[in-house]
Amino acid sequence: MSRIQSVMQQLAAQNRAALIPFITAGDPRPEVTVELMHALVDGGADVIELGVPFSDPMADGPVIQRASERALLHQVSLRRVLELVADFRQNNATTPVVLMGYANPVEAMGYDVFAQAAVAAGVDGVLTVDMPPEEALESAKIFKARGLDPIFLLAPTTPASRVKAVAELASGYVYYVSLKGVTGSANLDVADVAAKLAVLKQFISIPIGVGFGIRDAQTAQAVAKVADAVVIGSRLVQEVELGEAGLAERLRTFLSEVRIAMDSARR
Amino acid sequence: MSEIYQQPDVRGHFGPHGGIYVAETLMPALDELRIEFEKAIKDPAFMDEYRYVLKHYVGRPSPVYHAERWSNALGGAQIYLKREDLNHTGAHKVNNTIGQALLAKRMGKKRVIAETGAGQHGVASATVAARYGMECVVYMGAEDVVRQAPNVYRMKLLGATVVPVTSGTKTLKDAMNEAMRDWVTNVDSTYYIIGTAAGPHPYPQLVRDFQVVIGEECKVQMQEMIGRQPDAILACVGGGSNAIGIFYPYIDVPNVRLIGVEAGGDGVETGRHAAPLTSNAKNGVLHGQRSYLMQDADGQISETHSISAGLDYPGVGPEHSHLKDIGRAEYVAINDDEALAAFHDLCLYEGIIPALESSHALAQAAKMAKTMRKDEVLLVNLSGRGDKDIPTIAKMSGIQL
Repeated sequence: MSRIQSVMQQLAAQNRAALIPFITAGDPRPEVTVELMHALVDGGADVIELGVPFSDPMADGPVIQRASERALLHQVSLRRVLELVADFRQNNATTPVVLMGYANPVEAMGYDVFAQAAVAAGVDGVLTVDMPPEEALESAKIFKARGLDPIFLLAPTTPASRVKAVAELASGYVYYVSLKGVTGSANLDVADVAAKLAVLKQFISIPIGVGFGIRDAQTAQAVAKVADAVVIGSRLVQEVELGEAGLAERLRTFLSEVRIAMDSARR
Repeated sequence: MSEIYQQPDVRGHFGPHGGIYVAETLMPALDELRIEFEKAIKDPAFMDEYRYVLKHYVGRPSPVYHAERWSNALGGAQIYLKREDLNHTGAHKVNNTIGQALLAKRMGKKRVIAETGAGQHGVASATVAARYGMECVVYMGAEDVVRQAPNVYRMKLLGATVVPVTSGTKTLKDAMNEAMRDWVTNVDSTYYIIGTAAGPHPYPQLVRDFQVVIGEECKVQMQEMIGRQPDAILACVGGGSNAIGIFYPYIDVPNVRLIGVEAGGDGVETGRHAAPLTSNAKNGVLHGQRSYLMQDADGQISETHSISAGLDYPGVGPEHSHLKDIGRAEYVAINDDEALAAFHDLCLYEGIIPALESSHALAQAAKMAKTMRKDEVLLVNLSGRGDKDIPTIAKMSGIQL
């Protein structure tokens, strides 16, 4: 059983939703990333989504774009991200790590070379935002063969026919993008998300996480009532932008509050 | 070539290039666009309207002109120019924006967005938006807003909103990122008019099919003027829409060389250029497609350099990558200084002010003509006029306007 699967099953047994924070690797500089990852776990993270910096983050809003730019100032490549995950694994063998990024850095490294290196570093899943299932048949096969879960996005615009295609390829969990837009967009509509998840559940048997537009404990709590996992990204990166002083502690405190709110939600 | 050329495949692949690489939110919109485009292009009423507008609004067919004085001065092959610069709005871009505006209208979209480098596509988009009563937002790199100031003002006069993009390298690729972000946010109401034969399927095919009118006219016009087809056709290549438009009808015509001219910037050997094909860049994924792409060893997209904002792009349309692979087209680079020399030559010998983009193709033609016989013929796609470049040229010459 994969690390993601086992964490998700434990949570389901406890009737809790997973908390999945996102930060960009190497933001504000690579030397602090591992410390921040541990702080996220201390704050209650069940899975960590780690952004791979890219020069042209087309699906991201200004906050995560700036995170990529800060990391790239320190030449944080995909290989460096894998080294950071390996460092994190020195002191954490249980929290799944999912890399989230764009196709080209993986393409440049080579899909199989990357998959082997990622598994060796302790990566559990990969979400390539600009690679829809139609173009991911080969890479998903390679990732699965090496023991990486290919994570896919579903959107409010996704019709049932495409949900089925994603259901066939995805493992670990799927990530439902709660609104039309880029990361860090306006707040989501919880009732709308609940209705859409009910439809998705007819086709998808693995856990469904919800992200985009979740920026406080209250929204996280509301989403946790209907989703299997709650993803928070831009809100955490905004903490990074406030400066390095006390950053790990601020991330831990923020997530702890979210965690408590989510766990108090009867699912 | 023994088989008839037929590209792309149903999913938009040109060999290993092309495809659809976008976030899930856009996939249904691209599917809808593909289906609507396939219907429209087979709908006689749609195509009649497109041709009518090209004739009466754009002024097509654009003439082919024998640049006799320049050819004589060079002392070799005869250079003919396909005068896309004479189109309404001053470049080939309008052929495509008319087609896409008609598609947008057919799909009931009231808002269009576009990216632009030199501003020609932005102007062409703003023009058709005004013509069809649509809201228009144009994304333009902040650096290009400065170097193409006349076009920025033209777009504003035409009622468009121009949004300067300050992220990344502040040029065409960043404008395209920002347009994609707008589209993903406003996908229900908005039609994205991509300006070049690149991006996710069906755009490379769709833009090509709205630009092939250039090459189709040339086939007739060359036959009328010289009784045969040219020995070689030259066109500048950024994303490659004017080039694919003139090349495509000739792909199955034997003995016509097709030569794409990329921006060599300071020289391909210096690394400061925008010539992914000439520099043998690796395949990569950007802006919804897989194609040859300038990038570093880690897969980060490289900064590009060109005097011409319209060619200042690290990638290239997937069909050009394919034509390079199969050897049907050749790709070369022309440096900034060579393009500038050709720009001035055309002004002084022919009384035509060419766009800096097109000047790259002119420079390659000049280079080749000198080595060829006087009865040989080169056809250059003069894709746009150079009025927009006058401030840039003046500045380089140390002249205060």
